[in-house]
Amino acid sequence: MDKFSSHTGIAVPLRRSNVDTDQIIPAVYLKRVTRTGFEDGLFAAWRNDPEFVLNTPAYAAGSILIPGPEFGTGSSREHAVWALQNYGFKVIIGSRFGDIFRGNSGKAGLVVALVDQPVVEQLWALAEETPGVEFTVDLATKTITAGEQVFEFAIDDYTRHRLLEGLDDIGVTLTHEAEISAFEATRPSWLPKTLPAKVAS
Amino acid sequence: MGKTLSDKVWEQHVVRTATGEPDLLYIDLHLVHEVTSPQAFDGLRLAGRPLRRTDLTMATEDHNTPTLNITAPIADPVSKLQVDTLRANAAEFGVRIHSLGDLDQGVVHIIGPQLGLTQPGLTVVCGDSHTATHGAFGALAFGIGTSEVEHVMATQTLPQARPKTMAVNINGELPTGVTAKDVVLALIAKVGTGGGQGYIVEYRGSTIEAMSMEGRMTICNMSIEWGAKAGMMAPDETTFAYLKGRPHAPVGDEWDAAVAHWQTLFTDPDAVFDAEVTIDATQLTPFVTWGTNPGQGVPLNAVVPTPAGFADPVEQAAAERALEYMGLTAGTPMREIKVDTVFLGSCTNGRIEDLRAAADVLKGAKIAEGVRMLVVPGSARVGVQAVEEGLDKVFIDFGAEWRAAGCSMCLGMNPDQLAPGERSASTSNRNFEGRQGKGGRTHLVSPLVAAATAIRGTLSSPADL
Repeated sequence: MDKFSSHTGIAVPLRRSNVDTDQIIPAVYLKRVTRTGFEDGLFAAWRNDPEFVLNTPAYAAGSILIPGPEFGTGSSREHAVWALQNYGFKVIIGSRFGDIFRGNSGKAGLVVALVDQPVVEQLWALAEETPGVEFTVDLATKTITAGEQVFEFAIDDYTRHRLLEGLDDIGVTLTHEAEISAFEATRPSWLPKTLPAKVAS
Repeated sequence: MGKTLSDKVWEQHVVRTATGEPDLLYIDLHLVHEVTSPQAFDGLRLAGRPLRRTDLTMATEDHNTPTLNITAPIADPVSKLQVDTLRANAAEFGVRIHSLGDLDQGVVHIIGPQLGLTQPGLTVVCGDSHTATHGAFGALAFGIGTSEVEHVMATQTLPQARPKTMAVNINGELPTGVTAKDVVLALIAKVGTGGGQGYIVEYRGSTIEAMSMEGRMTICNMSIEWGAKAGMMAPDETTFAYLKGRPHAPVGDEWDAAVAHWQTLFTDPDAVFDAEVTIDATQLTPFVTWGTNPGQGVPLNAVVPTPAGFADPVEQAAAERALEYMGLTAGTPMREIKVDTVFLGSCTNGRIEDLRAAADVLKGAKIAEGVRMLVVPGSARVGVQAVEEGLDKVFIDFGAEWRAAGCSMCLGMNPDQLAPGERSASTSNRNFEGRQGKGGRTHLVSPLVAAATAIRGTLSSPADL
């Protein structure tokens, strides 16, 4: 995973709550077997709506998305994160997120910055006052700079550390192989195994 | 201080704990399906890593699979590619797979319990948000993303920050016609779609104790719909009786050793939860959704709510949008809402008990004019059992379509979809915009309400017949 330190880009206000992962990318777009090419499915149901924020030319090249509360609830599909990244988003700023979406983002390198809903409202106002305005999100200082204003955001320390260092999670865990093997040696024999396969007669 | 059920299961799986790091948890059972796994297998291949424990891993095909003509090649080439990719990956990495046409193929959350692989006290993960279903057995089960699927494949562990704990106390006898589905829909309407965020919840109380395993699974299944990390229930005699004799249940001395362990899996009397919610089951009535998230629900005998009635401006705006999308007018009695399609199935309500309950209502009746009903068993084996019991004939005589097993119209990844503007009464778990097909409108209901609705053509309960 690439290291993330700071990002400056166009802020996109998405004034909707409960944008679940089915709305971020509908199921029919999940059939690819790669991690790329999902941008066509991003917000598919809304992309033909001229009123939709990403159809406003000033926001079309946005890379910082600011949705309403409960963003990314529902299905565990990591494709939702890939679709946002494939489109060009680097950071999502919001007040409440689905747990699995937030976890997936951290793994895939998409920064989820937590702020209180009143801060979201202020950021929406700033992004709408000057459509296409750029914000800067700094992971080291956990701040969002919007014009003259600076806001703090929250992100869990471990995810922040991994993103700053660009760590490969699996590689880190595999350094603890001895502990995993030791744990495995203590597992009772009656625990189920999928192999050899048993089926009802 | 005592420990909660989830504390016990969590602590029994900690491989490593260190300051400033999440706990590293061992995973006992990893279930895999075609949609969320191809990129994970690719990752293993790219890094030259083996799949660590093929004997704790099992795959099936469910999301893309057709429910008609299942012996023919899958018609949609991209769906076919995804299924073929899973088959090739399973062969390459040595993973057990139950493919379309196999008696143990089916929705991943139906087949784990059916095979007896889902057991109390396990950690169970799957690249699927409805993995909490397995929590009905007292397992700590949760959905993960594809990066985590790869992590489990490579290491059989997952780094996890420890969630808080919540008790959902549900007490009293359910009134006639009120099911596990109504309980969970009423709960989500009460706490909202984010009410469980950051928590592992334990459903407990006399209502749960009196419930079948099928009903318990329905409730745990929808834990994610109110944001919970996982939902669990303490295992008891009902759990043990369900497991005994299943293909992968322990036998002989191992059964006794397992039961002795399972009997320790309960919340100690002096344990304290971080939060508690209470539901009086005796006051519940059939529950249905009116909007576009599972928290937007009301009793069937209520009316479509007025957005202005919501105090919170965010909820008010969401309600306005939902009514527009759903094509509904505030104040309309829910019972007057006419549907085009009834879907009976899914990992929420596609088990044999659900099919029996619906068939019991439909027996001898005829489907309402202009309504189509799809009956999709959760697994091939549930389908076989239904045929043995003659339920397929009941559905066909009624005028419903009897289909093969899979996720089907729950998410419309296969050809089973709503057309734009079509309205369904669905026993599935999500009424999100476009979930069952672009522009489709979904009302979440219990199997009993689904059956009664298919007879009358408008949202109904068996009491209306």
